[in-house]
Amino acid sequence: MTTTTPTLPAGAQATGKTATTAGRVRKRLNSRTATVISVVIAVVWTIPTFGLLVSSVRPEDQIKSNGWWTFFTDPQFTLENYQEVLFGSSSSSGQLASYFINSLAITIPSVLFPLAFASLAAYALAWINFKGRDWMYIAIFALQIVPLQMAIVPLLKFFSTGVSLGGVTIMPAWDLVDEQKFAQVWFAHTCFALPFAVFLLHNFISQLPKDLMEAARVDGATHPKIFRTIVLPLITPAIAAFGIFQFLWVWNDLLVALIFAGGGNETAPLTVRLAEMAGTRGNEWQRLTAGAFVSMIVPLVVFLSLQRYFVRGLLAGSVKG
Amino acid sequence: MAVSARPRQALAVVGVLGLALSVTACGTGDDKKSDKAGSTECAAYEKYQGHDGKKVTIYSSIRDIEADRLAQSWKQFEDCTGIKIDHEGSGEFEAQLGIRVDGGNAPDMAFIPQPGLIKRFVDSGKLKPASADTKAMAEQNYSADWLKYSTVNSQFYGAPLGSNVKSFVWYSPKTFKEKGWTVPTTWDELTALSDKIAASGTKPWCAGIESGDATGWPATDWIEDMMLRTQTPEVYDQWTTHGIPFNDPKVAEALDKAGTILKNEKYVNGGFGGVKSIATTSFQEAGTPITAGKCALHRQASFYANQWAKGTKVAEDGDVFAFYFPAIDPAKGKPVLGGGEFVAAFADRAEVQAVQTYLASGEYANSRAKIGDWVSANNKLELANVPNPVDKLSVQILQDQKTVFRFDGSDLMPAAVGAGTFWKGMVDWINGKDTATVLKGIESSWPK
Repeated sequence: MTTTTPTLPAGAQATGKTATTAGRVRKRLNSRTATVISVVIAVVWTIPTFGLLVSSVRPEDQIKSNGWWTFFTDPQFTLENYQEVLFGSSSSSGQLASYFINSLAITIPSVLFPLAFASLAAYALAWINFKGRDWMYIAIFALQIVPLQMAIVPLLKFFSTGVSLGGVTIMPAWDLVDEQKFAQVWFAHTCFALPFAVFLLHNFISQLPKDLMEAARVDGATHPKIFRTIVLPLITPAIAAFGIFQFLWVWNDLLVALIFAGGGNETAPLTVRLAEMAGTRGNEWQRLTAGAFVSMIVPLVVFLSLQRYFVRGLLAGSVKG
Repeated sequence: MAVSARPRQALAVVGVLGLALSVTACGTGDDKKSDKAGSTECAAYEKYQGHDGKKVTIYSSIRDIEADRLAQSWKQFEDCTGIKIDHEGSGEFEAQLGIRVDGGNAPDMAFIPQPGLIKRFVDSGKLKPASADTKAMAEQNYSADWLKYSTVNSQFYGAPLGSNVKSFVWYSPKTFKEKGWTVPTTWDELTALSDKIAASGTKPWCAGIESGDATGWPATDWIEDMMLRTQTPEVYDQWTTHGIPFNDPKVAEALDKAGTILKNEKYVNGGFGGVKSIATTSFQEAGTPITAGKCALHRQASFYANQWAKGTKVAEDGDVFAFYFPAIDPAKGKPVLGGGEFVAAFADRAEVQAVQTYLASGEYANSRAKIGDWVSANNKLELANVPNPVDKLSVQILQDQKTVFRFDGSDLMPAAVGAGTFWKGMVDWINGKDTATVLKGIESSWPK
């Protein structure tokens, strides 16, 4: 047990202790060579994205006949690609604007549901004594290892044919149509996110000082009250960190959406649309760069505006107090 | 208490969102009544009536502008019969269809381009045999050559829909005219022309087989075309059904014949480099050096017409056009390699069968052809309804009595070979591996 307890104070209020940890790291990274190396890495890392951006504003015949770097010797600028992918007149030439809404409708609940369930579960696993608690925690922990691809067909069966045991119907088929299929996607994303969410939040919650809980109990607070007024405010950084993780994951997800939302324009998210945008035989691939940029905007905004939580959250549960 | 306000806000957001979703769900639920059902333009759809308000879902690999045209082609049918056709196209069609069917979430119908996949779904008992009406309609409109590909264990599973002709060589009529070259009609003329162009300093052929995770398929088409030209159609059938081993000397002969062009440094790869550049050139751009005059000939299917840059005139007197890849021995007839998709059904509801029958009809073929960029082997298809010159040529070839049609072999073989080792083998072959080793490798991968 060391004296560095960065996670908790980082959550409660940014106190001096994190600053010292961060300060040490900063010092170490501050040498000249480290700076040069990190700048080089950053540049190399950014070049593909930058090329994508340049490519997206070039005319179709240019994109198809030479590389994006030609832009600097022979600049030809157009917003036609964006016009086409966002508001294309044909019902399938883009119209990303409307799929944008679908993506939001899928992503927001798919972030809120696992957060709600996982924080409750994590609290119970950490602070309520009940039989088999440790085994349950180990089981949840182990579930992280199961790849979600394995669960896809069974889960799809669960939705389409329901569950029956020995001829007795336990749960009927969901039989969802059109927009109702959002519920399937939410359900699937929530299932797949829970093990990691519970694990992450449990580590965070279990490190809250015991005295705090005991004092609250002495004052007559019930579990719901403790959870709401003490635990929730203290674990905000972990919640934010997981929220960002989950948001990026769901926003960029193609597989789950493709299977559970279908490709219809009522429910398909941006990623599904993007995958089809090049046409049956890939002849319209000049649209892809602009399409990719449109789909990147939201994750970029989320990441940049919440990145301080992200960095803090990365440390969540990593250092035991 | 700023803290407790937050969950409440979140709750409100979820509530509002849920409300909005349920409202939109209600908004689209109302059914359009087919008030035109009695009018004259609907007379042709008389026999499909009686399913007003029903919905049929179709899943296929057709997307983007072609999906739009598809929807347009059955618009009148929908308006007249009141059947709503819900089409969904996906780039991951082959993999997704399997998952959906296994997961009990099968579409009512699918346009399946691989006869091998049809067989797989028949074997697992998922596909429903076509109705007697559909069968009668298909037999009227399609040749037996075509129907046998969707017939498994003498049970008929669905009619073909669109088709494409793969035995085409793309060229530039403009360049040919300038240089005084003529379109070859025999194999010897083709070789002579290639030599002549090579002597003039330009590499005559260009090719490219890179296509993402399907890299190699354009080369398999080459081999299939050469199989049809060096061997009889019967041997071709034995080859695709594993009646003869994959490394049979007859297959080696076809591969070597293809090699006289594809692996000839004097002939390839115009505009890109040497033989090995074939493996890294994408199929989409492989033919583009033709318009730049860096290459003269490019063997690719009729659907390559969509790949030319905007403003390129695709016609017999235009910038680019295609000629029939000539036969080696004209006495054996006119071998044609092609592909197409089949309308298979996973449901046997009356409205599904009505749509299945309609899609096999001549009315549908003409309705779809008029919109453009589409070819079908349907013999009720009138040439006048096909606007595009390449498509016209394709239809002429498909309807020609002398044509011996064979389906793309890699789509007939088991997926492990046809969409696996055959592709990879071709990449190795282009990269310099010898014919015998490549064929032996593919043979050993054939599922026992």
